[in-house]
Amino acid sequence: MAEEAKNSSGGSAAVVADGHGVETASVGTAVLSSDAVQNPGLPPHRKRVTDLDPKKEKNAERGVYGLFYLSIVGSLGAVLAYMFFPIESGDASEIRLHTIFVGSGMALALLAIGIGAVHWGKALMYDGESIDLRHPVASDEPTREASAEVFKVADQESGFSRRTLVRNSLFGALIAFPLPGITLLRGLAPQDIDPVEVLRHTMWDKGIRLARDNGGHKVGEAIRAADVTIGSVFHVVPENLGQAKDVLNEKAKAVVLLIRLDEKDLKETPEKESWSYNGIVAYSKVCTHVGCPVALNEQHTHHLLCPCHQSQFDVSDEAKVVFGPAKRPLPQLPITVDDEGYLIAQSDFNEPVGPSYWERLK
Amino acid sequence: MARAKKNSAKTGRRHPLATAALLAVGLLVTGAAYAGFSQTAATAEVDLTSPEVIEAGQKLFAANCATCHGMNAEGTENDGPTLIGVGAASVHFQVGTGRMPLAFTGPQGMVKPVQFTEEQTLQMAAYVASLAPGPGLPETQYLQGEGDVARGGELFRINCAMCHNVAGAGGALTQGKWAPSLSGVEATHIYNAMVTGPQNMPVFSDANITPEQKSDIITYLKYIDEKPSIGGFSLGSLGPVAEGLFIWVIGLGAVVALTVWVTSKSN
Repeated sequence: MAEEAKNSSGGSAAVVADGHGVETASVGTAVLSSDAVQNPGLPPHRKRVTDLDPKKEKNAERGVYGLFYLSIVGSLGAVLAYMFFPIESGDASEIRLHTIFVGSGMALALLAIGIGAVHWGKALMYDGESIDLRHPVASDEPTREASAEVFKVADQESGFSRRTLVRNSLFGALIAFPLPGITLLRGLAPQDIDPVEVLRHTMWDKGIRLARDNGGHKVGEAIRAADVTIGSVFHVVPENLGQAKDVLNEKAKAVVLLIRLDEKDLKETPEKESWSYNGIVAYSKVCTHVGCPVALNEQHTHHLLCPCHQSQFDVSDEAKVVFGPAKRPLPQLPITVDDEGYLIAQSDFNEPVGPSYWERLK
Repeated sequence: MARAKKNSAKTGRRHPLATAALLAVGLLVTGAAYAGFSQTAATAEVDLTSPEVIEAGQKLFAANCATCHGMNAEGTENDGPTLIGVGAASVHFQVGTGRMPLAFTGPQGMVKPVQFTEEQTLQMAAYVASLAPGPGLPETQYLQGEGDVARGGELFRINCAMCHNVAGAGGALTQGKWAPSLSGVEATHIYNAMVTGPQNMPVFSDANITPEQKSDIITYLKYIDEKPSIGGFSLGSLGPVAEGLFIWVIGLGAVVALTVWVTSKSN
């Protein structure tokens, strides 16, 4: 430790000596001392107008105390605004007026103090240049040696370097102690259930009717296939959503966008041909990029746009990605109709909905 | 002063305020006349089923629409879709907002000064409606904006807000298309747009959103048009983009200006 301290002091001595070293340096890398930036010194002291003209000084003084008085006006104004623009009737416009006037008063009060103080300092307070010389920050040699000695003695007395087994086991314990904190993160995942399973399955199942999304926890009426006209869009949740234990989480996974296209426009691979009904298709509303709700549907181009990162999906072509950062098409919900003409799901989604996660199958 | 007044009376010169008075009278008269004229145009009563109206509509159609949509509204290969079955609501929306006749083809039709009177628009609507059944004009009871604001707001957020923005301020779609702002749009046009799904908007048939619910949505849109912005400046209600721009330019600008002032030497 003491040796290191000595070395560093030697280093600083070398820096000081640099000025002499320049002359012996090789041509090309040498910096000629005549090129060095000359110390320009201090510019001549320029007096402010407030120093030269007593009238201007008086003005500045007036400006400063004027600002402080203005601040008082602002504070009182805020208090008066609180009394004269109360929020009592619950009318929205009252909140607005209250906020605007109380806020402006407080802003004026604080801003005027600040501006006044700076103005005071700049225009009226003593205006002279002075130099504060920079001194080396290191302690003197005996102090540094004494502190190095303290470390040395502490090491000898504790046996920190001698008892290597004790020391290394301490290091081990220090490394191990944050680990329980990391394992606690596991507790944030659903308990007693495999999170992969939870993410893979939604509430959709064979025979569950497609119902309108009425916002929040509310589930609307089931949708009849005959009600879905060409170009229509329905925001859909499972009809039994209300029975879920955790409605909003289940909804977040199960939301579906139901769209009816002209059957001529629909491109379907043979294995998915039975998944639509009379041109009615249902796709997960959860973007496969980071999970925003994709619902900006364009009737003519059949494109679905995600508002977060501009991913575009072609609804007529199995929600293929046509633009943007999404990697996979939106999962399709296989649908059909029941005896009463209501749209029902044939099964759950055939793949996990939403963005990728660690053990997603595809 | 008094002498000057007397003089002007004697010489028959105009009073200095005469010009202003004349201007005020002129403005009042033309304004009133225009208001009266435009009111009569807006309240034109047209029977959409009468043969004369349909015939008049057919003539207007042949003169103004047939180039793109075909002589019998059957549509042409590249220029215009068929109008058979689009209904009176579609014609009233497209022509009544000035989108049709289209000035030029682009990502989407623009709102322009309306080219036809309300009566002519209704005549064309009658003609198109006579070709095949389609969505008709809404009943006036749904257009009054007397529905349930809260329910309308909820329906708007579920079905419309993703494109038109929660405050109906509109928003961008793909490849140069956009969802227009809904502020100040006539109730009839809002209703017709929901029923017919103009341009790239999806259709919201009565089975999806009932006429009463459409009335609620119109009520909500009227409400957000009229209510004051509680937070002060709404900055177009556009959300983070407009607010970010404001704080970066105005807010940060003020901070920079203050910093320059604080650190500058007093003169």
